[in-house]
Amino acid sequence: MAEINLLISMDDLFAARSQMALSLGFHIIFACIGMVMPFFMATSHYKYLRTKDPLYKDLTKAWSKGVAIFFVTGAVSGTMLSFELGLLWPKFMLHAGPIFGMPFSLEGTAFFIEAIALGFFLYGWGRFHPWFHWFTGVVVGISGLASGILVVAANGWMNSPSGFDYVNGEYLNIDPIAALFNDAWFTQALHMSLAAFVATGFAVAGIHAFLLLKGKNKEFHRKAFLIAAIFGAVAAVLQPISGDISAKDIAVRQPAKLAAMESHFKTSKSAPLIIGGIPDEDAQEVNYAIEIPGALSFLAHGDFDAEVIGLDQFPKENHPPVLVTHIAFQIMVGMGMLLVGLSLLFFYSMWKKRTWQEARWFLWLFVVATPLGFIAIEAGWTVTEVGRQPWIIYEILKTKDAVTPIPGIKYSFYLFTAIYVSLAAIVSFLLYRQIKAVPRMLDPSNESIETKTFRES
Amino acid sequence: MLYVVIVFLCLSLLLYVLLGGADFGAGIVEIVTPSKMRERIRATTYETIGPIWEANHMWLIIAIVILFVGFPAVYTLLSIHLHIPLVLMLVGIIGRGTAFVFRHYDAVKDDMQKVYNLIFTYSSFVTPLFLGLIFGAAVSGNIDPEATDFYTAFIQPWFNFFSFSVGLFTVAICGFLAAVFLIGEATAAEVKRFLVKKSRLFSLMTIVAGGLVFIAAEYEGINLIQMIIHEPITLGILILATLAMVALWFQQVNGNTVISRLLSGFVVSAILLAFGYHYFPDIIITKSGENLSVFNSAAVGKPIDSLAWALLIGSVFILPSLYYLLYSFQKDKVVR
Repeated sequence: MAEINLLISMDDLFAARSQMALSLGFHIIFACIGMVMPFFMATSHYKYLRTKDPLYKDLTKAWSKGVAIFFVTGAVSGTMLSFELGLLWPKFMLHAGPIFGMPFSLEGTAFFIEAIALGFFLYGWGRFHPWFHWFTGVVVGISGLASGILVVAANGWMNSPSGFDYVNGEYLNIDPIAALFNDAWFTQALHMSLAAFVATGFAVAGIHAFLLLKGKNKEFHRKAFLIAAIFGAVAAVLQPISGDISAKDIAVRQPAKLAAMESHFKTSKSAPLIIGGIPDEDAQEVNYAIEIPGALSFLAHGDFDAEVIGLDQFPKENHPPVLVTHIAFQIMVGMGMLLVGLSLLFFYSMWKKRTWQEARWFLWLFVVATPLGFIAIEAGWTVTEVGRQPWIIYEILKTKDAVTPIPGIKYSFYLFTAIYVSLAAIVSFLLYRQIKAVPRMLDPSNESIETKTFRES
Repeated sequence: MLYVVIVFLCLSLLLYVLLGGADFGAGIVEIVTPSKMRERIRATTYETIGPIWEANHMWLIIAIVILFVGFPAVYTLLSIHLHIPLVLMLVGIIGRGTAFVFRHYDAVKDDMQKVYNLIFTYSSFVTPLFLGLIFGAAVSGNIDPEATDFYTAFIQPWFNFFSFSVGLFTVAICGFLAAVFLIGEATAAEVKRFLVKKSRLFSLMTIVAGGLVFIAAEYEGINLIQMIIHEPITLGILILATLAMVALWFQQVNGNTVISRLLSGFVVSAILLAFGYHYFPDIIITKSGENLSVFNSAAVGKPIDSLAWALLIGSVFILPSLYYLLYSFQKDKVVR
């Protein structure tokens, strides 16, 4: 095997990293929607069961069709990831598998329950007691959320490895429970769960705001908009608190990542917060940035004079790529702040100015905000993953030492890119068609197409 | 606790081949269905596997998680040397799952349906082909951890007559399972008659492909026949499976659905059991003879113990709810 190792070029490592990034970046969108939409559906379903307003039933059904499409895409892309971990990073999995396997084995159960509950929910209309049917929808959401938290806990272990002793290159005294409850699991899982609600909430609210602007089925879309916007806005205003917990945690646990996020090259007291700008890694400086004196020290350690460790404390070969990490972090925080602003506006409208919710400018703001949450999620994962480089297991195993020995990974990367691009195109196309079908679905004289085609036998 | 994990690994693989296999088989049956009958077969398939197909495919994920947590050396070695067929199988898994759902949830039924159908049927064939091929490759003795060139390291382990014949055998088994299963689901007599005919076709194909596996083994220098003749238990189980298959040949259009389903399930379980027994405890047969077994590759100690507990606790939740899911939708059909 040693000879093959020598044949690996940087190209293969880069292709493997790109394929992994693409696969995770794709999966995360569907995973978020799959874990949050069930809560929206359950809310609408609950309203239907309580008020008997048929619009809520139609809304639940319309959403559930979207969820079926997103869920299957999330499920297959998740299945692929469980293989890709080994296909791309066999030496990582050889050691990590038994240590951080606990969240994955629990996640298997959670995901299984989710699939079963989804079967009950999607096919259960009129077949079960209404409240049992409602409950299966809630189970889809809870098990989906649990899966998400568990997978993030596994990622947390890569950032904060625990539950074993690393002695002379061997992984001894493995304790999978301690690995599950690693130091990063809570902050990461909290941040991710909230992010999923923010992104999905604003994406769904944005789509319904757009349809409200078109002026058809206003009552239907208004109900949908409110459910999604309330979930999204509550999560959005909580997110900065979670972000602050994460920043203080990372400052201690992964100072190199924080330094890269902030382009903080030199260790210093009363470190400034650098907003925007383009870091120059060779010159060790940031151009065109806004600096707020002492603010980084305050955000990282709660004290304007505290010392913040810079990249100069780490050997050059252990620096994460600063440019990508810094810019991704700016994007994440920027998007998050815009959504906090919009959320506050939304709360004000709920409190004082209900008429705003009819106003075109207000709805347009939501339309524009549709993708922002997901952009923030992609940027946030870029910060987490690129910011951990060059390590795959922080300060234990380097990514380049974990990559598969098979050459030509770039072809596999092209293949996966083609697959994900086509899947994304088809899902968008299907969603577009589902949305166009809403007016027909709401028209009582029009029997739904599904019934026509599939009940013939 | 290691034995608990081994039992779960075998069980999840068996259930994947049975339930997931019947799922794939539905697509394979669709391939051999003439166009005028296809829409009705599709409707029957949808009615049957719509609510449960997701759950059927979870068994593969459970098996994979057990492998990488409990037997990381096995997972790693397969991932490295069978990279190419694994990727091809994944492409099949994606195509199949998405096309199945998309074709139902597309709000407009137009020519896109043709695209979904094509992807669905094609990937229903490709996925079990490569799944079987991977099983075959793991025990074919062609995996060489010491290999130094591309061909012996990444191609030869799976690109051989034996692995392909196991792949074809798996495809035939899936078609057989689905054809038998769907007979009981179809409502029209015409469809039932058609499916009985197809179930016979697939039994024949299973037997032919089974023969091919033995011929391929001889050709590749794997003394499968020799070894099995000297193992009365393996031989006995295989004979029982063949007898059950022969019995199914005589099933009638209005025969007892439960008995024929149990028999078909028995056939497939028996085949897996026979080969599982034959190879136990080895999972990967390597070129050098330093095989990876469930014992020498296990992450013994806390990883296996906690995995076993996770599986036991998980099954307390999964098995009753899965049973209730299957029961609810079966009962509902009877009522209708």
